[in-house]
Amino acid sequence: MKLNPGFKILSLSLIWLWMSLFALLPLCLILIASLLSHNESHLMMRPFTFINYIQLYNHTYIRIFEKSFMIAGLATFACLLLGYPFAYLIARHQSRFKSVLLLLVIIPFWTSSLIRSYALIAIIKAKGILNAALLSLGIIHQPLSLLFTNDAVIIGLVYNLLPFMILPIMTNVERMDDRLIEAAYDLGSSKLYAFRKIIIPLTMPGIIAGCILVFLPAMTIFYIPDILGGAKSILLGNLIQNQFLIAQNWPMGSAVSIMLTLILISLIMIYAGVNHNQKKRGWL
Amino acid sequence: MKKTSLTSSLYLTLVYLFFYTPIAVLIIYSFNDAKFSLLWHGFTWHWYQDLFNDNDLWAATWHSLLLGLSAATAASLIGLLSAVSLYRYRFFGRNFLNGLVFILILTPEIVTGAALLILFTLLQIHMGFITLFLSHASFCIPFVFVTVYSRLVSFDKNLFEAAKDLGACDWVIFKSIILPLLWPALFAGWLLSFTLSLDDVIISYFVAGPEFEILPLRIYSMVRSGIKPEINALCSVLFCLTLVLIILSQLSLKKKN
Repeated sequence: MKLNPGFKILSLSLIWLWMSLFALLPLCLILIASLLSHNESHLMMRPFTFINYIQLYNHTYIRIFEKSFMIAGLATFACLLLGYPFAYLIARHQSRFKSVLLLLVIIPFWTSSLIRSYALIAIIKAKGILNAALLSLGIIHQPLSLLFTNDAVIIGLVYNLLPFMILPIMTNVERMDDRLIEAAYDLGSSKLYAFRKIIIPLTMPGIIAGCILVFLPAMTIFYIPDILGGAKSILLGNLIQNQFLIAQNWPMGSAVSIMLTLILISLIMIYAGVNHNQKKRGWL
Repeated sequence: MKKTSLTSSLYLTLVYLFFYTPIAVLIIYSFNDAKFSLLWHGFTWHWYQDLFNDNDLWAATWHSLLLGLSAATAASLIGLLSAVSLYRYRFFGRNFLNGLVFILILTPEIVTGAALLILFTLLQIHMGFITLFLSHASFCIPFVFVTVYSRLVSFDKNLFEAAKDLGACDWVIFKSIILPLLWPALFAGWLLSFTLSLDDVIISYFVAGPEFEILPLRIYSMVRSGIKPEINALCSVLFCLTLVLIILSQLSLKKKN
């Protein structure tokens, strides 16, 4: 057999070089930075200390963590409520227009979320389209002041991240075997019962994938709270950005980043563990 | 099959309205002949003319395209090589590399941005095209990797064994078997990387320098200062361009099927 290791060596060394320099090293550096101190003249300096992590137990930081989780959680929940029926209906839609309907879901997925967040302003501002429509329909009598509140941030997150919820659920519903549902009906199950016991468990992987895809970015897209939430809404993303680029306290910013990454990764691990157990036991 | 009921059609319409009303309003206002008002003051091309004459904006657009093309290409190359190597070879640290790719996917973008900022500052690399290029290529690699790897797994492993038995070396197998089979997946990965690079605000915000301004960051600063109606025009143009690109790529995919 002819052995020509040149290609293998070349590609492996290229990959290792790139991955260790630009993936592994930065992550190690941010971990080290989170253990350093800082003063006015130095971005980062010795001695090594845990002070940044201890400071995270400060009331202000805990509030920011709580608030970010709350807002991201609410946005994820809203995406699920809004997106699940939508994904289900599109996946089971039977008509010539299905490909157009699909395309209309994909377009927001591919367009810049910055532009779409900006577009929301004209809708939700005090003299915007939404208030004008609601007032003229007589649903409200005072204009809602949504812009620059937490509600605006949640609306912005839902508007931007909804496709990430819809697409995985849709793929899952499309792969579902219709005969299982028909069998349930034949055996006398009510619609609600079949939905709870068959459709939901079968589409659970899509639901969870969608929730992760929405929840993770929702915690850290700093430009949405920045554009729609005004100064009042400091979330984790904004906190990290502030610490690095405005307050110039890199060790503190690093500690917040590490904490956030650890929490998110452990959430995913818990999900993977639960998923694994459930697969062992079977979903039903 | 059951026909779609009235309630579900209504529901679908409402969600589509939610998706598209803001964009439609944005496009309509980009033709409004008034600086601040939300009332309609007549049709104008004025903001588009401003846009066309804005040299800084053209420079930022050009920078973004250059960055997107080069970063997507580099990411595709490395992502492809990683996927193929992880699929075919057993080597020291293979599991570690695999794990690294998934950690990269799971790490929040903002953490990646901050980490790269620390790296470039320590290495004393001047913030500009180079830092943006390295960062964008790095955050796109996992996306190419996942797209290509999931395609590789669906191949028949005997193909490679047969080629090896017939005396092909690794390079020949790569060039004449793997690459032609992977082409569509590689293109999809490239396109995804290109769009991600063009849209990225978070990572770029950390690693961009003042001399090399890119489009998303320029839009971001325009949005934050807010007032110019020119930005409505800019966003409308960009939206329509993406629309054309998406429709073209969908059509070309359909033809292949």
